[in-house]
Amino acid sequence: MDTTLLFIQMLNGFQLGLLLFLVASGLTLVFGILDFVNLAHGSLYMIGAFICASLTYIFGNFLVAMVVALPITALFGYLIERTVVRSLYERDHLDHVLGTFGLILIVDTSAHLFWGPAGLAVPLPVWLDGQVEIFTGVVVPIYRLLIISIGMLVAAGLFWLVNYTRLGMLIRAGASNRTMVSALGIDIQLLFGLVFALGAALAGLAGMLVSPISEASIGMGGEIIITAFVVIIIGGIGSMKGAFIAAIIVGLIDTLGRSFLDDIFKLVMSTEAAENSAPAVSAMLVYILMALVLAFKPEGLFPPKVR
Amino acid sequence: MKALSKRGWITLLVMVALAILPPFFLWNGQAFYMDLATRLVILAIAGVSLNLLLGYGGMPSFGHAAFLGIGAYAVGIPAYHNTYGGFEIAASYSGVYHIFLAVGLSALFALLTGIICLRTKGVYFIMITMAFAQMIFYLFVSFEIYGGDDGLTIDTRSELPLFNLDEPLQMYMLCYGSLVAAMLIVRMVTRSQFGMVLQGAKDNNERVVTLGYSTFAYRLTAYVISGAMCGYAGALLGNFTTFISPEMMEWTRSGELMFMVILGGAGATIGPVMGAAIFILVEEVFSSFTTYWHLPFGIMLLGIVLFMRTGLLGFLTADRSKTKLKKEER
Repeated sequence: MDTTLLFIQMLNGFQLGLLLFLVASGLTLVFGILDFVNLAHGSLYMIGAFICASLTYIFGNFLVAMVVALPITALFGYLIERTVVRSLYERDHLDHVLGTFGLILIVDTSAHLFWGPAGLAVPLPVWLDGQVEIFTGVVVPIYRLLIISIGMLVAAGLFWLVNYTRLGMLIRAGASNRTMVSALGIDIQLLFGLVFALGAALAGLAGMLVSPISEASIGMGGEIIITAFVVIIIGGIGSMKGAFIAAIIVGLIDTLGRSFLDDIFKLVMSTEAAENSAPAVSAMLVYILMALVLAFKPEGLFPPKVR
Repeated sequence: MKALSKRGWITLLVMVALAILPPFFLWNGQAFYMDLATRLVILAIAGVSLNLLLGYGGMPSFGHAAFLGIGAYAVGIPAYHNTYGGFEIAASYSGVYHIFLAVGLSALFALLTGIICLRTKGVYFIMITMAFAQMIFYLFVSFEIYGGDDGLTIDTRSELPLFNLDEPLQMYMLCYGSLVAAMLIVRMVTRSQFGMVLQGAKDNNERVVTLGYSTFAYRLTAYVISGAMCGYAGALLGNFTTFISPEMMEWTRSGELMFMVILGGAGATIGPVMGAAIFILVEEVFSSFTTYWHLPFGIMLLGIVLFMRTGLLGFLTADRSKTKLKKEER
């Protein structure tokens, strides 16, 4: 096995993990605090990508577009919370799932109407479009490094927000006892709306970061949402720390599995058998991991202490 | 023999209509409606199987489309090898063998995933069934030999005794008969002692456990029965469409199946059949005047979740003489 390739693939896996964390953190935040299962979280990821793509064409600059698109996506999430999600809080989880499934159809088809069936490619500024040699012989695209830096910064910011700010304190308090928080005079409705908007912004940010690599497209939300669910199941639903660790594990396993599993299989079986079975197994690897975790810890790796 | 209840009359009416109308359309030269009806009946079988879990067992499986896919590929793969060679042990056109494979593999998949899924409940259960279905989806996408993403055309339908599946009417008769059988099985299961334990565990698991029942074993059995039944529906679907692809087991398909059950009315044998009928009708009507038919469909789904909790059957059989139930109770 070639160490340069291994390093590059680890970097790719780490990058995928960080993107997954951005999506999964919103999902787990909304579930942990609002006790709401949001199947339509992937649609927010898609909306973020599309808004950013359109704005890139208007402003002519991807980074400016991203900065403007973030609050718009958050606002979009806030409006969805106000109009639809709020009336579902008192229902059971199955209703959440079915209601947000309807929401997916509405949002995705509206995006289809508005932006057309084809995807929207997002051009990068020239200085981001190149490659850089970080060690001798190890060349990586600059943009991937940007994704990793932004992902790490946001993850750190989120930990700071949840653990060291007043809002974070309210969020944690709301997660463990929402009646108590509202009894103390906190506007719980507003808090819920803000949390939902924050989740939308995080998912949207992930969509924006992905769009220059794989363009904004209608189906992108549906693809990532299941993996994000797998991430929060493995990490423990409602746990931010669990979401982060599980996202990195899933990102690494998925990427490394796809690139090296056939080589590993060749050690124990014939070349032909290895080449035939490796793609199938690597496609299932993440789910097998989930099954294993659940078989031993049905609550996930880091179940939140108070629920 | 006691008189039929309101629900019994509706069941009878729907089933008689399904028996008479489609052959009439065919005879009248409207083969298109016959096709719609066949699809309806097959989806209804899948819905009936899901209802056993969702309506009676309180297990909201969000991955039932996987069983449809497994069943369909259990027809497609042996037929493919019989046509193009390779993998001789599995190659066959025999319908009995296809159905055996579809039911057997679905049951096996249900058993293996059920052991893990049923360790969890509620929202975890929803997500995990969904994730396992997605795993099967990606598995079939990665099978390049069977067309991968592009799907697989079934050149020759299953060869069955008594039924020639190339004949639309005979195809329909088989599907209709299977639906009746599926409904009878679910009815029988839910009225047996087994079904009582299952429904009891749905309402209050601790109480049933305290009575000495291993509810896990009961639930797992129900999960396997339901999966096998849905796999059978998949074998019919493969034979009906003669084109199968991983797309048919995407998680949105599972969502549609669940929607059918809720729409028709969960926990009643006829509910999923009515749900499938409405689904097919809505799809047909909306998609005839706009390619964006998912938009009104989504609005309808959201509206039903928000405002019509009991499904169509509950709406039809509601006793209006009584005072309205307190809505806030849910």
